[in-house]
Amino acid sequence: MSEDVYVVGTSMTRFGRFPEQDVAQLGARAALDALDDAGISLRDVESLFCGNLFQASAMVGQRILQQVGQTGIPVVNCANACATGATAFREAWMGIRAGAYDLALAVGVEQMGKQGLLGGGGGRRGISPEGIVGSGLMPAVFGAAGVEHMRKYGTTQEQFARVAVKNHEHSTRNPLAQYQKACTLEEVLKARTIAWPNTLLMCCPTGDGAAAAVLASARKARELGLGRAVRVAASALTSDPWSDRDLVLPDVSTLTRACARQAYEQAGLGAEDLDLVELHDCFATAEILHYENLGLCGDGEAGKLIDERVTWHGGRTPVNVSGGLLSKGHPLGATGIANIFEITQHLRGEAGDRQVEGARVGLAHVIGLGSACAIHVLEKAA
Amino acid sequence: MPDTPPGPRPIFDFLKLPVDGEPYLEGSRCGRCSATYLGPRLACSRCLARDDFESVALSRTGRLHTFSIVHQSFPGIPTPYVSAIVDLDGGGTVKANLLGVEPDPAQLPFDLPVELTTFVAPRKDADGNEVIAFGFRPRQAEKGA
Repeated sequence: MSEDVYVVGTSMTRFGRFPEQDVAQLGARAALDALDDAGISLRDVESLFCGNLFQASAMVGQRILQQVGQTGIPVVNCANACATGATAFREAWMGIRAGAYDLALAVGVEQMGKQGLLGGGGGRRGISPEGIVGSGLMPAVFGAAGVEHMRKYGTTQEQFARVAVKNHEHSTRNPLAQYQKACTLEEVLKARTIAWPNTLLMCCPTGDGAAAAVLASARKARELGLGRAVRVAASALTSDPWSDRDLVLPDVSTLTRACARQAYEQAGLGAEDLDLVELHDCFATAEILHYENLGLCGDGEAGKLIDERVTWHGGRTPVNVSGGLLSKGHPLGATGIANIFEITQHLRGEAGDRQVEGARVGLAHVIGLGSACAIHVLEKAA
Repeated sequence: MPDTPPGPRPIFDFLKLPVDGEPYLEGSRCGRCSATYLGPRLACSRCLARDDFESVALSRTGRLHTFSIVHQSFPGIPTPYVSAIVDLDGGGTVKANLLGVEPDPAQLPFDLPVELTTFVAPRKDADGNEVIAFGFRPRQAEKGA
C-alpha cells in the first residue's frame, strides 16, 4: 500500500463570463491562488496536470506556466469530457502515489464564452442528424435519462424541479457561484422548457472559470503542516461498461455505481459516513439518478429524498451546498477540481456562510458523457 | 473508391433502402452473446468475441422506452420534436424522432408500439444530395387493439 496523498492548497476563481481573459490567464489565477493557499512557490512544484476540454490540443498547461513561471517541470494536459478536471487531479494523485513526485499541481480551466447548447454533433455526410434523427443535445440526453427514472419509479417533474430549487437556493451563500439567485418551485416549472422534463432553471449554464489544487505526499504534507490538509481517502475513475442501451442512451448510472463501489472500498467507509456531497448535477434530472447511484438512498427512493429535504443544507446528507453545476456553474474542465475545492473548504471549516458544521468526510463526483466517472473521497487530516 | 452516383442516400450507413423492399436498419449481432449493434464492430464490446458477427435486418417495429421533448435546439432546427429511445422487437435499441404524435408527455405512454418510417431530410448533404432519414411513428395495426 503506497503512502497517503493530501490536498495542501486549493482555489477557484468565481465562475461566470470573463471574455477579457484568455484560458491561460484564468488558469494562472487559480494556480497562483492555490500555491499561496498551500504556502509554497511554483519552484517547489514538481509536475503540473492541466485539465481543459475545448482547447485540448492547445497546450494549456504550458501556457499557464508561461504566465506564472517556466520552471521546466513535466506538464500533462488532460481531456475527459466533464470529468476533465477530476482526471487531472487524479493523475497528480497517481504521480504522487507512484512516488514520482512529492508536490504536484492540478489545474482545471475552461472558457466557454456564451456557447449555447452542447452535444448534438455527429453525422457522416456533412449533415447533422440533430432534430432529424433524434437529439444528441445534452438537455435531451439527460432529459431522456430522467424520463427513464419516471418510467421505473414514478418520479415526477416536480421532484426533479425541487433539485433546482435547492441548488439555486444554496448558491445564494456562495460568492464564487455564477448565479446567486433563489427561485421557487413554480418559477422552475414555469421557466421555458429546454428539453422535457428539464426547464431552463434545471439546466446548468455555460461559463468560464478555473480551479486548482496542490497535492502532496504524506512526507511533504507533514513538513508543510497537517493543520489545514485534507487526505485523499479515495480516487476512482471508471468508463462505461457495456449495458443494454448505452450506445444510444448514454447510461450514466452503471459507471457511477461501479466508481462509487471502488471509492467506498478504498476509503473504507460508506455513503452513511458522508458529511457532504458535491455531485454532477449538469441537469436536475441527473442529481436524482445520482442519489441512488452513490447509495445516498435505495433504488427508487431518490424522489422521496428530495421531497423530505434530506439533501438540503442542514439535512442528513447535504448535496451541492456550493449551488452545484446548476447554479455555481459548469466551466467543463474546471468543475472536477472546483468540487474538490468545495469539499476541502468544508473539511477545513473555511466555507463561510455555507459551512456544513463539523464536516469530516466529503465526496466529489463528476461524469463526462461518453462516458467517464470520477469520484474522490476527502477526509479531514487533523 | 468508386464514385457514388448523385441521388438520395441514407443519413446513416446502417439505414438500408432496398429498391424492391421496405427500408430497414441493419445491425450486427454477436454470435456468442447476441448483443446487437447498429453498424459493424471489430469485436463485441459486451463479451469481447471477435469476428463472430452476423449482419441482421433489425425489426421495423418496437416500443417506446423513453424520450425527451426538445424545445430549444440549434438555430434553424424546427422545434419541438420528440427524441425517442426505441427498443426494437427481437433486439437492438435505436434513437430517432417520434413522428405523428403530439409533443406532449401526457400523450406519450411508455411501451407505445411504434414502427419505422423514412422521409426526405430537410437538409441536403455536403455535396448537395438529397438525404433519406428515418424515424418512428405509432403502429397503426395495434391502434385500438
